[in-house]
Amino acid sequence: MILTLAIFGAVAIATPWLTRLLGRRVFAVIALVPAAAFVLLLTWMPGVLDGAPVVETVEWIPRLDIALSFRLDALALVLALVVTGIGALVLLYCTWYFADDEPALGRFAALLLAFAGVMFGLVTADDVFVLFVFWEATSVLSYLLIGHYTGRKESRGAALQALTVTTFGGLAMLVGLVVLAVAGGTTSLSELVANPVAGAAGEWGIALVLLGAISKSALVPFHFWLPAAMAAPTPVSAYLHAAAMVKAGVYLVARLAPGYADLEVWHPIVIGLGAFTMLVGGWRALRQYDLKLLLAYGTVSQLGFLVLVTGFGTRDAALAGVALLLAHALFKATLFLTVGIVDHAAGTRDWRRLSGLGRRMPVLAAVAVLAGASMAGVPPLLGFVAKEGVFTALLDAQAEGGSVALWAWVALIGAVAGSVLTVAYTVRFLWGAFSTKPDVPPTPLHATGAAIVVAPATLALAGLVTALGVSFIEPLLAAYADVFPGGHAHLALWHGFEPALWISLGVFALGGVLVWARRGVARLQAAVAPVVDASRGYLGIVSVVDRLAASLTTAIQSRGLPGYLSIILAVFIGGLGTAAILDAGWADDVRLWDYPAQPFIAFVMCIAAVAAVVVRQRMAAVLLVSVTGYGLVVLFGMSGAPDLALTQALVETIVIVVFVLVLRRLPKQIAQRNPPVHKLARSVIGALSGIVMGVIGLVALGARVEPTIADGLPALALEAHGKNIVNVMLVDIRAWDTLGEISVLVAVATGVASLIFVSGRTGGAPRLDDGDLGLDRRNRTRPLPEAASSIRAPRTSLADTDGETDAAAEAASTRQTWLIAGRTISPRNRSILIEVLVRLLFHPAIVVSVYLLFVGHNAPGGGFAGGLLAGLALVARYLAGGRYELGEAAPVDAGRLLGTGLLLAAGTAAGSLLFGGAALESAWFEAEVPVLGTISIGTSTLFDIGVYLVVIGLVLDILRSLGGEVDRQQEEADTGLDDPEPAPTAAVPARPAPTALPDPTPSGSIRTPADPAQSEREPEPEPAEGGRA
Amino acid sequence: MTASLTLVVLMAVMFGAGITIMLERSLTRVLIGFLLVGNAVNVLIYLMSGAPGLAPILGEGVDADEISDPLPQVFVLTAIVINLGITAFMLALIYRSWWLAQLGAKGDLIDDEDEDLHDAEEAADLFRISAADDAAVQELIEASDEEYDRALDDELELEASARDDLEAGSAERPEADR
Repeated sequence: MILTLAIFGAVAIATPWLTRLLGRRVFAVIALVPAAAFVLLLTWMPGVLDGAPVVETVEWIPRLDIALSFRLDALALVLALVVTGIGALVLLYCTWYFADDEPALGRFAALLLAFAGVMFGLVTADDVFVLFVFWEATSVLSYLLIGHYTGRKESRGAALQALTVTTFGGLAMLVGLVVLAVAGGTTSLSELVANPVAGAAGEWGIALVLLGAISKSALVPFHFWLPAAMAAPTPVSAYLHAAAMVKAGVYLVARLAPGYADLEVWHPIVIGLGAFTMLVGGWRALRQYDLKLLLAYGTVSQLGFLVLVTGFGTRDAALAGVALLLAHALFKATLFLTVGIVDHAAGTRDWRRLSGLGRRMPVLAAVAVLAGASMAGVPPLLGFVAKEGVFTALLDAQAEGGSVALWAWVALIGAVAGSVLTVAYTVRFLWGAFSTKPDVPPTPLHATGAAIVVAPATLALAGLVTALGVSFIEPLLAAYADVFPGGHAHLALWHGFEPALWISLGVFALGGVLVWARRGVARLQAAVAPVVDASRGYLGIVSVVDRLAASLTTAIQSRGLPGYLSIILAVFIGGLGTAAILDAGWADDVRLWDYPAQPFIAFVMCIAAVAAVVVRQRMAAVLLVSVTGYGLVVLFGMSGAPDLALTQALVETIVIVVFVLVLRRLPKQIAQRNPPVHKLARSVIGALSGIVMGVIGLVALGARVEPTIADGLPALALEAHGKNIVNVMLVDIRAWDTLGEISVLVAVATGVASLIFVSGRTGGAPRLDDGDLGLDRRNRTRPLPEAASSIRAPRTSLADTDGETDAAAEAASTRQTWLIAGRTISPRNRSILIEVLVRLLFHPAIVVSVYLLFVGHNAPGGGFAGGLLAGLALVARYLAGGRYELGEAAPVDAGRLLGTGLLLAAGTAAGSLLFGGAALESAWFEAEVPVLGTISIGTSTLFDIGVYLVVIGLVLDILRSLGGEVDRQQEEADTGLDDPEPAPTAAVPARPAPTALPDPTPSGSIRTPADPAQSEREPEPEPAEGGRA
Repeated sequence: MTASLTLVVLMAVMFGAGITIMLERSLTRVLIGFLLVGNAVNVLIYLMSGAPGLAPILGEGVDADEISDPLPQVFVLTAIVINLGITAFMLALIYRSWWLAQLGAKGDLIDDEDEDLHDAEEAADLFRISAADDAAVQELIEASDEEYDRALDDELELEASARDDLEAGSAERPEADR
């Protein structure tokens, strides 16, 4: 069965492609899939009849006891035969129903085939949650199929109605299934039926499951979606809304009835609603002009009948119920297909405009009459056999007395009255479709292929053949019914002059009266109809819910980001605050401070934090925040967290630099003139949030009941050849976390670069010999006379800007420099002292960072701290020498660093798998290294090197984006001031990455505001000069 | 667990100050508030160590019972580095939105106060569309309902005989070809 499902799925996926090759003939091809499944099912039938269901199970979620288990017993077999058999015929019918140029034909074919597969899965699934998955899948596919004509309003509206109603029921059913599965201790449907869940859990669970069943099978009050769904193409109506999907609810009722029919909630829902639905549907059907809607209401009526009979709970009723199910699938699908042909030929389904069809389409009329007669319960057809069985079973149950006698009466009256209506609307349908109406001119007909009648004719004849040979199919139906105790009835065309026969004759007579008294019925219809209108109720509810949701959303999310944040925080304060105060478990051992210096440091930090709220200067606020950061450094350092102190100090420094890099570029007044709107409210929310967090901190400290896991960590660290527990945890014990973290860092670094580099972000920081100093599009497209490798251009230009003389610039260029790219900076901005310091400190800093990396396992340090220190060294080079200095200091692509680091770390994680270990399992060798002491180089060291590289890559990416690239954009904007274009757009040229330049050494003089004309006129000829002084 | 009231108060103050700043309209200020909140959260996690002890480094003569709980330190260390990344990312966002949207002197103020009006309009549009879809369905279904029309009474009398024939046909002779 699982293989069959897989084939359904695979072919459905391939169908759109097949449709492109075959056009509408694809339907005939894919119809082979359900046809083959039908044959396969027939081969399994003998075994199933012998009482040996076909069972297949594949583990899916063992911890929840959910398995892909399928079980084909007699009931499932009947349904599966219906689903695959009618599925194949409907697909075949589609071959002639659609034209080759039907829009979205491939999608439609694929969905219809997928639906057949899903339906097959639904009726064979044994695990209730797998059943639920298929159940919802049918809802979704039904949505897509009803909405096939995406351009039509009614199509979209009907699709959404069907989806809303059936998924509402589906959710209720899921809750019910969970209740049953938990109470019953198993997810197997067959076991839940064999050992029914009793008590309140059973009652509630079954009530909820039945809610799902009646919404799917369109019982009152959910029946309205089914007529609306007639907006679908007719094959969909025939298959989903007559033969298959709507039968899912009936199937579930039939499946559960053996175990749960005697629950208190069962009979009111199943019989009460079933009988009522049968009457409502029949009554509405009797009023329709549109033949398809007439059938739809008829289907509603019949579904009520089916639920009533299959859920009645005796063996004979069950037998008659399954027979009725089979009969209904056969005749209703036939009738829908017939309407499709009529619609195709005449261009309308409104019987007021149809006349003379019976004479001109005799075969079709005969097929329809055969099926209609089965629907009305006329012998010698399956509908008659089933209905006789129903009447007999209900009469017997009523005669037996007991608690079911009352419900037997209700069911019997409902069934008889409903059958009378059925006879009447059947006549209305056949007369409306095929009669020759004297006052209507004969309807003009398009020619339709004769072959299209094959499918409905087959189904209609099946209704006749199965009735004549009912003794052959009875064993299959009885195999299901026999799970109920008692009973003795047989299905037969002729039982003799039994009460059921007289009831049938009475039904025909009363039906005839209804037809005869049609005027009176119509008058009554017009008077009563508005009273029962669930669809208006549904529309009202949906509209109220929609409006409520929209107004709530706009109310909560109003007033922009601050307003929305305030709402979130208010919920946080109200909810968590209340919970924290009600909690009794506060920290038991609260002392004022851990060591005397603590309150002083904390006091300074608090002042800084509060001052950050008050100050208007944005840089002042940043510095105040960093005061709290450096305060943390001291706190961490003084209370046994050297690693934290080290990392925090390095990060805090880099953060300040990054802030300065960006803020220098943004206009000065921003972040400084916040209008004091709601200042009080903001302060109140802030203060309350702080207090709640404080309380939460105390509660959390008191909440620990188990001993800390920290006790075992020292041993674990030593086992991992490390003495610094924090580092060992980062790179070994909790290395998965770290792997995740550095992945985040890689993403962040890439994000920063992508946001700043408008086009192309590969490559490293610009090098001196890249030659694109201050390059601008116009300059590049112009032939340039001079040699490219000059670094004089920016200096000269900037010197010009600063109003310096050529002589001074000349002097600057010949001056000995401490930093390689120092001369790219304007002499006025250069500081020899800083250059010297950076020159002297850079290499030692890198050495120390490597030292930190390698000793990290045993002493404070590690990949994070080492990487940050190396990053800080790069920051210094950048600050002292500008973006070219950065390029010279780290002549690598930041992306390569990030990639290599991540690869190293992930490779370490995966590497141990190759040696049969678990992911991230470590291995070592130890060595005595001078200076560093005993070093155990292990896979965790490799991992740490990966971390180190990623952190350097992150800092490098930040610097070349927020530093170098922002510098470049600034320069471009400044030089572009004389352009007619506004600055920001001028700064967004389609500038390919330096590595992608067609000419690797273009150059040009930079146009400055001071002297734009000169640079426009003639690029300054420059002596080719070595890149390095 | 041993709790230092100083640290709890510090955490609460930083948190409150950070939230207050975050509620402003300038994105840069929001980021500054975010940094403060980040520091506050780090203190909160660090608080869970309980009483501080020696550094969790198993050197010579260090008793494993006297060290600080290393687990919160690991979390905080990770959080510190992630904070750096997020800060840089948000700064890049601020810069880019300012630069590309040509906000100029308007700076980084978020201008979303009128968005709820826009949302309300959008929602109203959606209602209109879905109501139109539903109305189309309803109309289609109601169009099929038979109207009772007195003027037709006479004509219907005429039809009655034809109907009777058909009823008899379908009830008694299903195969009859009409």
